[in-house]
Amino acid sequence: MKTISRGVRAFGLFWWDFLVGDTPELLVAVIVIVALAILLRHHHVIAIILLPVLTALFLLASAFRGRRRDGREPKG
Amino acid sequence: MSTSSTVVLILAVFGAATVEMVEALTIVVAAGVSRSWRSSLEGAATAAAVLAIIVLVVGVPLIHYVPINTLRVIVGALLLVLGLSWLRKSILRASGHKALHDEDAIFAATSAELAAPESSFSPSRRDAVGFGVAFKGVFLEGMEVVLIVVSLGASQHRLGIAAGAAGAAALVVAAIGALVAKQLSQVPENTIKLGVGIMLTSFGLFWVGEGTGAHWPGSDAAIIVLVGLFLLVTMGSIAWLRGLRSTDGRPTGASVPEGVEE
Repeated sequence: MKTISRGVRAFGLFWWDFLVGDTPELLVAVIVIVALAILLRHHHVIAIILLPVLTALFLLASAFRGRRRDGREPKG
Repeated sequence: MSTSSTVVLILAVFGAATVEMVEALTIVVAAGVSRSWRSSLEGAATAAAVLAIIVLVVGVPLIHYVPINTLRVIVGALLLVLGLSWLRKSILRASGHKALHDEDAIFAATSAELAAPESSFSPSRRDAVGFGVAFKGVFLEGMEVVLIVVSLGASQHRLGIAAGAAGAAALVVAAIGALVAKQLSQVPENTIKLGVGIMLTSFGLFWVGEGTGAHWPGSDAAIIVLVGLFLLVTMGSIAWLRGLRSTDGRPTGASVPEGVEE
């Protein structure tokens, strides 16, 4: 029983660390991208332009957030 | 599925597996040197077998029972999370905002942790600690590779090719490890991680679009265009963040010496 609960806990921790970890903004970004892709499924041209641009902007914002400032350790 | 997307698939899986296996091999070699080679190798082999079973148990049903578009959206989202997170980390490392991954430091730390001064174990004897450390190292590092193999393999119905690419990377890294022993710090890990991050992000976005019904111009060839776009964005980000560091009055460069990063 103890082994099972330890395994479930380790499994949960793996997914938490994988999906959220120290960059929760990336999970939010992906949720936004998927939601927009679903909303724009009938607007192909807008979707294929907007989705890559948005992904690039989210990446830039996350990297900017993680930069080292005034000697402090970066987030993530 | 076109040749170009199959090539990108193989490169992405091979690169990801190389990066993760270098990290795992550092731990396996440290456990072998400090405790017992036999137990360390047995632990690594057992973990590799468990990972292969997970690929079969999870990957095959995914291909057969989950509708392809649903699978592509889920897989695309997972690849985007992983790809963006690898890219972000690589950008921060390359621009000097985060310490480079230091395999030598990991090796030294793991060896010191494992080698108790009063220990009386022999390198050829079985040792539970050596087995456990090697198993854990290979299993944990390998889980991300499993995720990539299953995701990319299942969404393109190329599970065999994806698993083969990961297996080939593991063999190449193991061969290099056997030749150079612990000098794994020579592997340009951040560069590989950056390239794989670009490919995973491109694949992820492509599958999210395909799964929701968007038609990418040029079909699979759009993956190459996305790879080019994210390469440009990545290079631009690195230059921009380096600039920010120099305006802070700090030295720019590829590495920040302090600390060892995961």
